[in-house]
Parts: sequence; structure tokens; C-alpha cells
Amino acid sequence: MTQPPRPAPTRRRALATFGAAGAAVLLGDVARMAHSQGAGPLKLGFQVHRTGIGAAYGRWYERVATAAVARINDAGGIAGRQVRMIAEDDGTDPRRGAEVLDRFANLHGADLVFGPLFSNVVIGSAPRAAELKMPYFVVSEGHHVASGTLNRYTLQPGITDVKSQVRSVAPYVAANIGRKVTMIFPDFAFGHDHREFFTDAIAAQGGEVIAQIPVPPAETSFTRYFPRIPRETEVLYHVMVGPAVLTFVREMGEFFGGRGPALFGFIDSLEAVDIASPGLEFLEGSHLWEGMPRFAQPDQTGHDARYRAAVGVDDTGASIDDPRDVSTYAHMFGVWETLSVIKAGMETAGYRGPSDRPALIEAVEAMTDMPLSDDHPQGDKLFNGRTHQVFGRQSVSRVEGGRLIRVHETSVEDTLYEDEVDYTTRPF
Amino acid sequence: MEFGPHLMLALLEGAVTSAVLALTAMGLSLVFGVMRVVNVAHGAFFMLGAVAAWWIAQLVGAHPALGFAAALLAAPLLVGAGAMLADRLILARVGYDPERTIVATIGLMYVIEQTVLMGFGPDARPVAPPFDARIALPWVERTAEGLALYWPWGLSITAYKLFVIAAAAAILAGLWALMTRTGAGLVMRATQQDRDMARAFGVPVSRVFARVFGLGAALAAMGAVLVVPIQQAHYLMGGDPLLLSFIVVIIGGLGSLPGTVVAALLIGMTDGIVSVFLSPTLAKIVATLAVALVLVFRPQGLMGRARA
Repeated sequence: MTQPPRPAPTRRRALATFGAAGAAVLLGDVARMAHSQGAGPLKLGFQVHRTGIGAAYGRWYERVATAAVARINDAGGIAGRQVRMIAEDDGTDPRRGAEVLDRFANLHGADLVFGPLFSNVVIGSAPRAAELKMPYFVVSEGHHVASGTLNRYTLQPGITDVKSQVRSVAPYVAANIGRKVTMIFPDFAFGHDHREFFTDAIAAQGGEVIAQIPVPPAETSFTRYFPRIPRETEVLYHVMVGPAVLTFVREMGEFFGGRGPALFGFIDSLEAVDIASPGLEFLEGSHLWEGMPRFAQPDQTGHDARYRAAVGVDDTGASIDDPRDVSTYAHMFGVWETLSVIKAGMETAGYRGPSDRPALIEAVEAMTDMPLSDDHPQGDKLFNGRTHQVFGRQSVSRVEGGRLIRVHETSVEDTLYEDEVDYTTRPF
Repeated sequence: MEFGPHLMLALLEGAVTSAVLALTAMGLSLVFGVMRVVNVAHGAFFMLGAVAAWWIAQLVGAHPALGFAAALLAAPLLVGAGAMLADRLILARVGYDPERTIVATIGLMYVIEQTVLMGFGPDARPVAPPFDARIALPWVERTAEGLALYWPWGLSITAYKLFVIAAAAAILAGLWALMTRTGAGLVMRATQQDRDMARAFGVPVSRVFARVFGLGAALAAMGAVLVVPIQQAHYLMGGDPLLLSFIVVIIGGLGSLPGTVVAALLIGMTDGIVSVFLSPTLAKIVATLAVALVLVFRPQGLMGRARA
């Protein structure tokens, strides 16, 4: 099966090819520079988990981002300029995440980057964002922004962090569900936030965490972890992420066979999962935290209704086109609201091009109240410019008849805690 | 959980792991034994089996049991046919050269994974188990009135997990019968012992190779179809089975089929016990350490014959 060797390229042809390629690159750069200051569309880089363990979130984050950008453009763009979203897949991988930032800065000439959820990707990419002096708007829930671990270029104005979530729901858990808690959580930064902050928060309510069970984030089989749950457990606090969440919840039901402790979970364990899936009947009566209620509630606002319609989600939280395609409703509003903040920030800062990036960050840092509106359909919020973190209401829902019914909503004040950092004192 | 029920649960979990692992590793062992090909794409064939099972169950619709039965029959056939094609198109072209086949199967793995990613998508998708009764198991405890039965939390197994163990045993018995009681098996064993001599006796070695490669992939696919109602089909699910199969095949002895079964039991049970009592990460460490020790002190494996 040998084939005749192809003729080697001649020196002249090779030089010509290199020359042409070089010229194309140079021309591209010139064109980009010409467009970078004040003309042409704004380019927003969207770092998205299209593949890897965050893919279910990535799919919905992308749908929401697309809908939000279309809405901004329909309303005349940002300060009169149209917005172009450029999506790049980070594979839910921190190393790839940092490479994606390089591509946005050097290949696409993006004005800023937004969108990642998984905390390992955020923590892996944020240092590169600072080096590139690229505003980096994350939608990740991790406490790493407000803790001071990251940098002045990284902001989280669209979604609340785990610390404020768990502190604000802990009183409800202690008063209504139980006080002896066993925690089961994914063994990486996001899960560690849950472990640290809930343990403290429940202790402050007179409760106690009696066991902590970490599970590797890529795990596919969970029965082996459940025997470590102590018998005296009153509440099992569960939070899981990744493609195997359905297996996790189903095996939990099989393990207890209807006789276990009360369950309090973070909806992450069931994001993108149909709560009426076979094997999940045991969840009836259990409680879940939600960032934004998946099922339209009786007191649904017009903002929620318009947001649902814009992102293509029905009243049960599933895609309008395919009822089996359940959304990550409790998280994805963060992308929508982040884009609202970006628009407001750019317009306040009079953003024209990359040299105005510090002005954009200062404009966002100066924000405080974000009232309930079509820009912020999840609810009113309070932004803390020093810690680069937003604060908002949290919901506790109960599973009733295969639907999630909200039984408690915290106030914004319930979620506040003392500043741990002041990013505004750090240089650009 | 008390020690007794805890150990019982560990053994049950270990038995399920062993059963699936035995099937998967058997495919890898067979391919290496007969063809001397280290098939790095074996995990990808496993994953392909799971994805095919989901696809077939979707097509059939109807009752979950019907969809599952169709998948159990058709998915291994599909995957096996795909593997035979890969053997003809790729492995035969590189002359089954050991180094080149490793590189070729690495490439094949990426091709399969990315194709599945493009077609099937990045999501995990469940296949409904054909039956799913939870069987609570009792345990004895010493009370004031003597020994009494009670039902501890969590000590249970599902009817489906028992079926997985039985089905794996049945498939392995069938494979043993195929290898030792049929003409096809005889030809395979002859090729394994000395392919030049086999060719001299008129054995169509290249056709045997294609069939063995297909059979190996089909075994991986059967393991995957059995596991997919417990876990879920996902395009990256082939990594762990590949690693564990390599561990099993090395410990059992490259190309030794009884050794593979013994090693699968050993690794599956250790995995079950260590991961239930200590941690699943430690279980992987123990298994990898066992491979290192076997390679140092008994390179031919537990039941492999030292080659002259």
C-alpha cells in the first residue's frame, strides 16, 4: 500500500506561502487596530463549558447569553454600538480556560470576557486575565472572588456566592429540618466553600455538622460513599455537580429506601435533571436551595415571565422545544444579569476601546443597588464594589407532587457578611 | 454503619464492579493474546457500547425492558462490526506492528470520542433499567432476647445489580465454551499459540484477527450495556474502564483468560472494600501499586506463562 511520495515543496513556493500567511496576519492586526477604538461592534468573549463535566450548564449558559445579547442589540446595543459575542469552549478545564483567555485577547481582540461557572476554571483563568489586563466577569458562585484570592480584573456581579447562600439558608435548615447535619459535597473549591461556610453557619444556629463526605468531581458511582453517613444524622446536606448528578441522587434514594434522614440539597445536585425522572420519587417532601425557582411560582413576576420567554424555558423550567431538556434555571440567570451589568458599566464609563478597561471596572465597582427589573429578573440585588461580589435573595423550595414549590425566601440582608478584601485599593 | 452490614455492602458493590470489569478486561486480554495488539481504544469501544445502548433504547421506546433487551443484543453487534471495520482499515494496514498499533489505537480512541461528542453531545444520558426493585437485606444483632434480625439503613441491592452479576457470569461461560468447544475457538487458540504455524495449516489469520478484534470490542460493549442503567452514557466514560482493564490484564497475565477473570475478581473486590471503608481514590492507588509489584516480581502475571 505504498504511495508515490509527494513532491517536496520548492523553496520558492514555501517562501511565498509564508509571506502570504504573514501578510494575512499583519493585515488582520491592522484591521483590528483600526476597529478597536470606538468603531464597529463591541466584542464580548464568552468562555463557555461546551464540553467536559460542565457541559449541561454550558449549553444553557450559551442559550441565555445568546438571548441576552440579542435583547441588548435589539434595544440599540451598548452606547449605540452593536455587540458581537464570540464563544470559545474551555472544556471545563482550568488550563484550557487560561488558553481561551489568550485567544480572546490576541486572536479575537475581545473587549472583555464573561461567562465561566466552574470554580476550577475561574481560579485557573483569573490570574491570566489580570496579566492580560482583561476584565473577567465570572458567573461561578464560588467564594474565591469575595475572599480576595483573585484580582481587580475579576468581578462577579451577576450571581451570589456560596458563602452568602449557605449563611442565609442555615437558619431555615436548623429551625425546620434538623440540627445534626452530614454534608456530602464535591471535592474541589466549590464543594470546599460549602464545607467551610455551612459548617460555621449551622454552628451559629446551634446545630452541628457531624460528618463531611467529599466526593471526587468526576465520580460516576456513589453507593460506596453513603455508608459513611452516621446513623444519628437528622439532615443530609447534599450538593453535587457534573454529568453523574442523576446517578448520585438515584443511588441516594436506593441507599435509604425511604427510611433515611431528611434531605436538604443544593439544586446543583439536580440542575438539568427532570425532577420527575424514574427513581427520584423519594425526593418528595425534601428541600432544595434554589438561586431562582425553576418552576414558575404563584407570585411569578412579569420580569420572570419575560425572561423565561426570552431564553426559551417553560413554566416547569424545561426547554419550550423539548420538555426533556431541563434547564439550569437556578444558575443561568447570572449570565443574563452579568450582561445587563456589562452594558450599564460600559455606558457609564463611556467605553470606547481596550484603553477604557480600567474605567469600565471602576464604573462597575461604583454600582450598588440593582432593583428587580427585566435587567435583573431574579430579584433586587446589592453589589459590593470593594469585594467585586453581588448579593441577592435565596429561595428554599420543597418538592411537592414532582414540582418545586418555594417555601422560604431570604432577604438580601440575610446574605451579607463582612468584607474580606478591598479590590479597589489594588492597582490596575 | 456497623462493620458487618458495611462489609456486606462493600462485597456486593465489589461484585458488581468485578462482573463488569471481567467482561471488559476479557475483551482487552483476548485481543492482546491472539493479536499481540495493545488496544488503547478499548475504553472508547466501551463508551460506544453505552452510547449505542442509549440510542437503541430511545429508538425502541416502549417498555424499558424491551429497549434494554434490544440494546443488549444489538449494541455489541454494532460496536463489534465497527471494530472489525477498524481492524481492516487501520490495524491491517500497519501490519499489526506493536508500536504502530498503539499509536493507531490512540488515534482511533480520539476519533471515536470526538465523533460521539459531535453526534451524541456532551451530556450524560440515562437508560432505564429493565427492572429496578430494591431488595433490602437483613442483618443479625445481639439483643436482650438473643439474636434478632433487623434491616440496617442502606444494606440493600437492586434486582438489576444482581442481574448484572448473573449476566456477566453467563456471558463469560459462553465465551469459555466458544474458545474451548468450537471450531472458531480452536482457530483462535491456534493463532494465539503460533500465527505462522496456524497460517501454514490453512488458518485464515487475517480473518481471525478481524473477528477477534470485533469480539474484544463487543465484550467491552456488553459490559457497557450492563453498566449503563446503573451509571449513564457519557462521551468521556471510557477512561476508567480502560485503566482498570489494563490493570486487570497485567495482573492476570497478558493473554491469559482465566487469569483475567481471577484478577478482575481481585481488583473489583479490593476496589469495593477499599473504596467503601477508606476512599475510592485509595482504591485506585492500591490497584496501581499492585500492578507495579506484579510487574517487578512476576512480570508474566499471576497466571501467565513466562515466555522463553
